[in-house]
Amino acid sequence: MFAVSAFTTAIPQPALEEPMVQLLAPDGTRTPHEEFDAVLAAGADGAAPAFDDPERLRGYYRDMVMVRAADLEATSLQRQGQLGLWASALGQEAAQIGAGHASRPQDYLVPTYREHGIAWARGIEPMTLLEMYRGISHCGWDPYALRTHPYMIVLGAQAPHAVGYAMGLQRDGVVGTGDPDTDTAVLALFGDGASSEGEVSESFTFAASFQAPVVFFTQNNQWAISVPTSVQSRVPLAQRSRGWGIPSIRVDGNDVLAVLAAVRTAMDEARAGKGPRFVEAVTYRMAAHTTSDDATRYRTGEEEQQWADRDPILRLRRHLEQLGEIDEGFVTRCEQDAHDLAMRLHHHIHGMADPDPVSIFENVYAEPHPLVEAEREEYLAHVVQFEDETEETQER
Amino acid sequence: MSTSSLPIAKAITAGLRDAMRADEKVLIMGEDVGVLGGVFRVTDGLHAEFGAQRVVDTPLAEAGIVGTAVGLAVRGYRPVVEIQFDGFVFPAYNQITTQVAKMHYRTGGRVRLPMVIRIPHGGGIGAVEHHSESPEALFAHTPGLRILAPSTAQDAYWMTRQAIECDDPVILLEPKRRYWLKGDVDTETRPDLDPWTAQIRRPGRDLTLLAWGPSVPLALECAEAAAEEGNDLEVIDARSLAPLDMATIAESVIRTGRLVIVHEAPVHGGLGAEIAARIQAECFYHLEAPIGRVGGWHTPYPPARVEHAYLPDLDRVLDAVDAALEH
Repeated sequence: MFAVSAFTTAIPQPALEEPMVQLLAPDGTRTPHEEFDAVLAAGADGAAPAFDDPERLRGYYRDMVMVRAADLEATSLQRQGQLGLWASALGQEAAQIGAGHASRPQDYLVPTYREHGIAWARGIEPMTLLEMYRGISHCGWDPYALRTHPYMIVLGAQAPHAVGYAMGLQRDGVVGTGDPDTDTAVLALFGDGASSEGEVSESFTFAASFQAPVVFFTQNNQWAISVPTSVQSRVPLAQRSRGWGIPSIRVDGNDVLAVLAAVRTAMDEARAGKGPRFVEAVTYRMAAHTTSDDATRYRTGEEEQQWADRDPILRLRRHLEQLGEIDEGFVTRCEQDAHDLAMRLHHHIHGMADPDPVSIFENVYAEPHPLVEAEREEYLAHVVQFEDETEETQER
Repeated sequence: MSTSSLPIAKAITAGLRDAMRADEKVLIMGEDVGVLGGVFRVTDGLHAEFGAQRVVDTPLAEAGIVGTAVGLAVRGYRPVVEIQFDGFVFPAYNQITTQVAKMHYRTGGRVRLPMVIRIPHGGGIGAVEHHSESPEALFAHTPGLRILAPSTAQDAYWMTRQAIECDDPVILLEPKRRYWLKGDVDTETRPDLDPWTAQIRRPGRDLTLLAWGPSVPLALECAEAAAEEGNDLEVIDARSLAPLDMATIAESVIRTGRLVIVHEAPVHGGLGAEIAARIQAECFYHLEAPIGRVGGWHTPYPPARVEHAYLPDLDRVLDAVDAALEH
């Protein structure tokens, strides 16, 4: 077996003493980490700036500010009745921006339904996510163009898809070639709640048996609607994969550098043909489960305040201030850009047309299907009865 | 010479082999399909010819098997999944209904899943529990899936190839009690008839007897027995359960005026109910008698020693035929 220092299959005794890697403390101070410092310094294959180069750090800050602004606007739009529902990722920006930026363009990402920061990093317009939550479509982007799987609502069902895709990569010969632009891996994301689903365990089995190039990334945001992580697992989630022999690590999910370094390491090892990895990112779902949820029924304001002090955006800002690498001008520009984004979303949603109901019958099958075609005709024959009435109404 | 006499199981083997030779993206995956060649030997020889990357012995986890097949299909492969026995498809039911069936639709047609799920199905083999199920209605009720049920070796060969070539997900129900039923198979001449069309196996005038998969030989046997009593039955092999070829069935019933449907699955809520409902709607004034359905009872599949009382047999089908003829 090869040596992995940060990733391990060992389980500490007692289990609750599982270490959590943190490079940026909540107060913004930087802790050295020999292995991950080197990963961050290497940047995008040495030629580009280091991952912790101040220009990049400001980029992550801006990304997180934009993602949060879109998220807050979406919540606001839901309250205005413009979205049926919104699942906020508030508080999870670092976990998602870090993981997104750790991935290479050729990698394939497999999200759940709250990965709005991942979507941002992959170039999926926030507008597209809003379309889903407004009820315009089930998936607004092309998974092939953006190399990102559709959002998943049947929790955990995406995990086997991720492993299967990784098995496909093995057969395509794009694993372990040594060329960083060719070697490809899959990043499979799911939450603490989803980690209890049987299909997640089956994914570990397939990933381990076939040593598939897949990195499982769990954002432990402490709550699955109203159920705390302690009900999903009596041991730190990072330890789960070790029963399958899949090396894992636990990182502070509100620390964009720790997430970036850990996911980059894991993805590079998977790409190199070293097999699957698992990363637990400890974070917090600062908002309720969705806009239909009332978090006051099961958690305290004190807890929320404790986590607010560990806010990922605040943390990075403090760090940049300590480095002397951020000024009011930059912050103001970010806030302005965020405001502009929110306004664009606002206007886009208000102008968003519903799809034609006849589109219900499209794409049920790839090949012609007589029943769908017959029912489409039946539906059209039904609505044509009302056409005269509609015209009358419009004339009035 | 491209025509040979093959048992249904071997016709499927040939279909899989020829499909894999024709397209390197075709993979086979499932429990025991590789080294063992499958518990029914349907994948016998394929591991030796195509290797472990294309004929994959998977862990024992049906949801994982179907789910990883989805991922492989997204990556551009054409996986052929084997579910070892009908009763074990249920751990994969979530993946099949919520994921496989819906992927093309929910991605606006951008993601296709050209995968095949092969399921040996049906009873009458003296097996232990969960090895004799007929779950077709549970899948036919799910939009986005196609279901084929070959009853002959020729259909078994070509439906295997056509299911693999189809860009939609196809469930291939293999009639395991008929695995060793031999028939002529022409592997070179692509049939004119597409797999989604029903076929009249025995033309007749007095009554339409509709069956599929393992029940087709029973239906033909009934027609022979009925002929001895002067009744001329038209036997239709449905062949495709999703979509149903209602045009062929309706045309037949319009001529004969009477319909009896036979399937191993329970009558209550079975696919025969859908067919009967459509025929009464489309052929109402042509019917001379109520539509009869013969099948399993609304009970779990019983222990093997009494399965003969559960499965439709010659007597029960002839009773239904007589009732329709005498109406």
